[in-house]
Amino acid sequence: MVRFILSKLLFLIPTFLGITIIAFGLVRILPGDPVLLMAGERGVTPERHAELTAQLGYDKSLPMQYLDFLGRLLQGDFGNSLVTKKPVLDEFLALFPATLELGLCAIIIATLIGVPVGVLAAIKRGSWFDQISMTTALVGFSMPIFWWGLLLIIFFSGMLGWTPVSGRISLMYYFPNATGFMLIDSLLSGQEGAFGSAVSHLILPSIVLATIPLAVIARQTRSAMLEVMGEDYVRTARAKGMPQRRVIGVHALRNAMIPVVTTIGLQIGVLMAGAILTETIFSWPGIGKWMIDSISRRDYPVVQSGLLLIAALVMMVNLLVDLTYGLINPRIRVK
Amino acid sequence: MTDTPDTKAPVRLSDAAIRRRMLAEFWFYFSQNRGAVLGLAVFVLLVLVAVFASILAPHSPTMQYRDALLVPPIWQEGGRAGFILGTDAVGRDILSRLIFGAQYSLFIGIVVVSIALVGGIVIGLVAGFFGGWIDNLIMRIMDIILAFPSLLLALVLVAVLGPGLTNAMIAIAIVYQPHFARLTRAAVMSEMRREYVTAARVAGAGNLRLMLKTILPNCLAPLIVQATLSFSSAVLDSAALGFLGMGAQPPAPEWGTMLAEAREFILRAWWVVTFPGLAILVSVLAINLMGDGLRDALDPKLKRS
Repeated sequence: MVRFILSKLLFLIPTFLGITIIAFGLVRILPGDPVLLMAGERGVTPERHAELTAQLGYDKSLPMQYLDFLGRLLQGDFGNSLVTKKPVLDEFLALFPATLELGLCAIIIATLIGVPVGVLAAIKRGSWFDQISMTTALVGFSMPIFWWGLLLIIFFSGMLGWTPVSGRISLMYYFPNATGFMLIDSLLSGQEGAFGSAVSHLILPSIVLATIPLAVIARQTRSAMLEVMGEDYVRTARAKGMPQRRVIGVHALRNAMIPVVTTIGLQIGVLMAGAILTETIFSWPGIGKWMIDSISRRDYPVVQSGLLLIAALVMMVNLLVDLTYGLINPRIRVK
Repeated sequence: MTDTPDTKAPVRLSDAAIRRRMLAEFWFYFSQNRGAVLGLAVFVLLVLVAVFASILAPHSPTMQYRDALLVPPIWQEGGRAGFILGTDAVGRDILSRLIFGAQYSLFIGIVVVSIALVGGIVIGLVAGFFGGWIDNLIMRIMDIILAFPSLLLALVLVAVLGPGLTNAMIAIAIVYQPHFARLTRAAVMSEMRREYVTAARVAGAGNLRLMLKTILPNCLAPLIVQATLSFSSAVLDSAALGFLGMGAQPPAPEWGTMLAEAREFILRAWWVVTFPGLAILVSVLAINLMGDGLRDALDPKLKRS
């Protein structure tokens, strides 16, 4: 198992290097002088310009600049934001819990609904439940979630007035940021109504973000179940006279879950893309909105390092999925 | 269905006849799937709307009627006969903008899929055909592109290239292309081991002929399915980019851009938000339904003979 993990890790190094090259290259091929961009509208004197250029290393050759960039990365220096002047890594870590909280809620919703629906649809193949749920899943899969979010706001916030339109918690409440997770922090604060406020802020964004993963998980679960239920060992279990619940729960479901777990894990990339849209619509102060704001503010160090950090994160999660896959499916490990 | 194959005598069929039979067989399996036929019908309708937009649309998509700002749809109180789906904040007819928007979505889908498909096929063919370090290098690069969430990478690419429809299409195509490369490579590698390829090689076929005329036609089925799915994703992603202000720029009647402009009116005028999104959903859904049907019809494993 250790060898399996090591070989997977080793495999990641070239990909990671490639990601750094892309993140570095994208920002370097931008038109315009980075020093002038940093100086803003005030401009700089030619002497100061030369000094800054040397100080930032822009006078070196591109490969040397890349090595500098890589060296700083390895020391945990991801550069500073042009706008806030704060280290990009600090900003990322400060905003990340908001996105993680939203993403976790979304994936929990998607799994808790998607897996049972998929299993039921497979068991009752061809029934009205199967048809309706799979049609709904295809609609969900085709959903422009930015529009879906707006519709939910119109209905639940505008017409019914049940949920707030934006943010993570009502401004009435203030408490220290202990874990970064609003649900936990609001409970810890002990203030009456704080937790409810956090939940009501979280619910619509979670539904919006869960939509596509939910559809994918339901479809994948159904097809995995159908495949497994046609296998010999399921027929054998049935032939032995085993009760239906045990056949489905133990023999079929366990094996069908192997591809489903992978699917759930691979939704992380979908979630990050969805987070950009969801956070923009609901003004959710997370990584996605931060990236969009930085792109429109032309805050290139943030764009560069943000892209890098997100890609690295997705890569790590995919690795974890791979390893889990090895754990639940011993056949993989042997290879 | 219509023509039952003649089993009595081994007739030598012309190429055209074989093609006709393949088409008939394809249509038999495709039409088994009711959803797919429905999707196809909606898609054809969409194409017709896009082609005849200037005849169908009651107004110009950019004409601003200053006396008709935020007019609700015709069936709602305050609606006006000239504006069936109402008007937006600067008095443009929403129905006309939606009709012209169909042109954008189809155009985006076609351009993105063509670039990604051609690029992916060339790269995948080269990787699968030559193998070795070329294959390794190419596939590592594809892995790197796939490591980024696609919308995020497309966004950053557009930010670098400059916001606009052309750059958005290029960015989305770059992001999609590895999927085609991977599929082509996998198909090529499995076909390469077949005897007909060896036979062609022995007969003296050159590399280019082997790649393009011998192997490629046998790898097309998964590529067609992937192309359909990418078409719908391209419509979705370009609308998302438009919504974020990075795709088609106002006053273009692109559906995502229309949504972005409508955002501030969501609580006052539901129609400016609802209809463009509905147009996106219906188009994407139709194409996905078609894609499901295509997969069933083209995947020999699923065929029940």
